[in-house]
Amino acid sequence: MKTIMKILRRIPAPYLLLIPWFIGISVFRLFAMGLQFYYSFTEFHPMGAPIFIGLQNYIFMFTQDPVFWPSVRATLQYVLVGTPLVLIMALFIASILNFKLRGVNFFRTAYYIPSILGGNVAVSILWRSMFDPQGPVNSVIVAFGGSPINWIMNPTFAPFTIILLSAWQFGSVMLIFLAALQNVSPSLYEAASIDGASKTRQLFTITLPIITPVILFNTMNVLLRHFQEFNAPFLITNQGGPLNATMFLNLRIYLHAFPMVSLGYAAALTMVLLLGIGSISAIIFATQKSWVHYND
Amino acid sequence: MTKQPKIKRSQINAVIRYSILIFIGFILLYPILWMVGGAFKENADIFGNFNILPPLDNIVLDHFPNAWQLSANNTILFYYLNTLRFLIPRVIFTIISCTVTAYAIGRFNFRFKKLFFTIVIATLLMPEVAFRIPVFVIMRDLNLLNTFTSLWIQDAFAVNSFFVFMIIQFMRTIPRELDEAAAIDGCNVLQTLWYILVPVLKPILISVGLLTFMWGMNDFLGPLIYLTGADNRPLSLALSVLIDPTELVQIGRVLAAATLGLLPTIAIFFACSRYFVQSITSSGGKE
Repeated sequence: MKTIMKILRRIPAPYLLLIPWFIGISVFRLFAMGLQFYYSFTEFHPMGAPIFIGLQNYIFMFTQDPVFWPSVRATLQYVLVGTPLVLIMALFIASILNFKLRGVNFFRTAYYIPSILGGNVAVSILWRSMFDPQGPVNSVIVAFGGSPINWIMNPTFAPFTIILLSAWQFGSVMLIFLAALQNVSPSLYEAASIDGASKTRQLFTITLPIITPVILFNTMNVLLRHFQEFNAPFLITNQGGPLNATMFLNLRIYLHAFPMVSLGYAAALTMVLLLGIGSISAIIFATQKSWVHYND
Repeated sequence: MTKQPKIKRSQINAVIRYSILIFIGFILLYPILWMVGGAFKENADIFGNFNILPPLDNIVLDHFPNAWQLSANNTILFYYLNTLRFLIPRVIFTIISCTVTAYAIGRFNFRFKKLFFTIVIATLLMPEVAFRIPVFVIMRDLNLLNTFTSLWIQDAFAVNSFFVFMIIQFMRTIPRELDEAAAIDGCNVLQTLWYILVPVLKPILISVGLLTFMWGMNDFLGPLIYLTGADNRPLSLALSVLIDPTELVQIGRVLAAATLGLLPTIAIFFACSRYFVQSITSSGGKE
């Protein structure tokens, strides 16, 4: 015991403090990542051991799996429609809130509430009931003279139901935009209006360029969230239905790994999802030099 | 004469802004209001209209006791407590491990400081799905499947780089002279952290705790993978059963259960809303 204490004394304090983090990062992150890559080349039942089978998972995925391409399509559709929608909504509402109005704090809080509740199972149940054929959403549509839509069971509308749930949770993204907007120095706007720049011109030449780092941050966060959507397609549209219209990759990975007991194939699907996340992030980061402005 | 139209214009502007804000606010809060209202309606009154309030001559109070008895054997309280059994350790361990890690990387000069900070930043952007299957296998090999421990053990090792980064950023605003003065007064490394930094970090640590709590209350996939027993189901798993069409027939009871399920989150949110707003803005507002 004494010798252990002696050895510990000789290690500099920061290294000692970092022992838990070091274990966590190496076991649960780096080592796990290596395993994840390896498992994608194996056949692996959850209670057995992985058996190396080369590229077979990938060959099956690209040539035979009937649900693979529909699930890639569903994921991309959700990400590419949902992400800009959330970002634009958040930025638009943040800019409305970025004025000295009475009661701004009240609205800020009200708008933020959905984003902390949104991931809860209770909200999925609520959403399922709201978009019921007899539910309040259809009642509003009927009241305006439209015909009711079978939101949950129709393959065209089911993804839209989930996109709306994501859009409903724009609050935290909006708060980050709002903080960024409030940091823009008012003197810049004064100078611009003296020079005769219109409000629209100011938006595009002052506000947006200054907050580009925050736009980048929010884009990455919302993208990651959308690529990993799980609760809504699992619960609201009954595990990826109708006709796989909401069979997002992350859901399919779960369905393969756990109830269908094929960790190897699920790992291969995970590699595809990671590749998708990685390549879209790479495109964003590769282009950031041309559109993100850092002022230092 | 020239000034009058200007005032009018700003007034119209304000009216437009308020109208938009109220309209959006109503749409955003409508689902929650409809849920709470529906919990007091007779089943037949819930669908086929978009009213929030129940008909005043037919307010139903039975749904809440029915929802309280969430399953045949257990009340909703039982499932709340199950959630807390992994959530409380998760919150405590996340705060402690992330603070200690941020302290080491943010406040000391040592050889690998830059490298370690880069690792924190790099893991910040790594999606959770990348580790889901291997971590499951690791938990299996540690014999932790179907235990509450499997849902918090990682958090004891500061794997949440987002929080580590948040705390490092916040620490930068605290002058280093304070640490040095404490060291001269005879504080050791941990005493400096506890007596000097933690009191200043308190708001950000509360934010970290609150975000962990909220995300944990919403966590459905984690329990779905790790908790397979009937007697360790947390609230999220217990509620998820209600989405079954046979349960949705009793829609009033379902909405009452959903209301009860969201109540703790809403209560904590209102009790601590100022910390929430701060946590969100301090995480992203500073690039």
